Amino acid sequence: MRIKKGFIPIVLTLLVVSVSSQAVIDVYQFDDPEKEALYKKLTGELRCTVCQNQPISDSNADLAKDLRRKTYEMITAGKDEEFVLNFMTQRFGDFILFRPPFQSNTLVLWIGPFIILIVAVFFLIKFIRRSTDDIPLTDTDRAQAEQLLERDK
Amino acid sequence: MKRYLIPFAIFVVLVIFLAIGLKLDPSYIPSPFIGKPAPEFDLPDLHNPNQRLKTSDLKGQVWVLNVWASWCTACRAEHPVIQRLVSLNIAPVYGLNYKDKPEDAKKWLQELGDPYKANLVDRTGDVGIDWGVYGVPETFVIDKKGLIRYKYIGPLSNGVVDAEIVPLLRKLNAEAD
Repeated sequence: MRIKKGFIPIVLTLLVVSVSSQAVIDVYQFDDPEKEALYKKLTGELRCTVCQNQPISDSNADLAKDLRRKTYEMITAGKDEEFVLNFMTQRFGDFILFRPPFQSNTLVLWIGPFIILIVAVFFLIKFIRRSTDDIPLTDTDRAQAEQLLERDK
Repeated sequence: MKRYLIPFAIFVVLVIFLAIGLKLDPSYIPSPFIGKPAPEFDLPDLHNPNQRLKTSDLKGQVWVLNVWASWCTACRAEHPVIQRLVSLNIAPVYGLNYKDKPEDAKKWLQELGDPYKANLVDRTGDVGIDWGVYGVPETFVIDKKGLIRYKYIGPLSNGVVDAEIVPLLRKLNAEAD
């Protein structure tokens, strides 16, 4: 099959376009793969406070860029995960964490779903029990059942 | 009648929760700084870069920090409100020029007037991060002990100044050192 004349230039152009659209997010160099992994983990877990449903790793907001730079600086300086998270929550509050910490004011958030589940299961069992136990078998029902069993033999 | 009672109760509870949810402002993030010491900065003055100002230099007085930038359109709208607040002469207002080019900032002040006691230059935004700034303009009130007592996110209005900031400044001014 012959490839049409304009095909290769088009493919090459598309490749160039896709590379440049990825280059929007800044690139940081790490000397240690462990630090790089920590950077990726943290920037994925910290909320961009300007564009609230994005982690700072995804956002192009100025603040997200600054927070990425700060995170990078702290990690390359050898700080651990706890230090970075403390740094961020001291400044922006627990709100910056996508995973809220387990503490008194988030208790309902963490335990609530389990309580609802337990209550739901309780009512479900009650409902099933009532719908099976409460109907007494009449004599005609019993006769009909026996007749059906008899027929199967 | 009785069998409708439980679904109705669930419905009412749901409506109450949704009504509360509707009234919440999702962009409002409570500041972890209220009642905490103001973060330390050491920044050059916009007009005299050789002169530096530290947070600790301002201890012993009630002061206001207004975070602004020339690229921020809401700051432009807020500017007359700041000018009016300063003219009331209750507490000095310092400007934190956030992630701005000094030339642009100076031009902005020349055009609109400079009500600030001093303007501090935070070119990189690092001090902004230390203060938990995530959207300009933001306004802080710091008491005589150097504790942050109030934070307002977004452009101030005369209404907010009169209802919240002026009474707070008066109260803090009356407090002992």
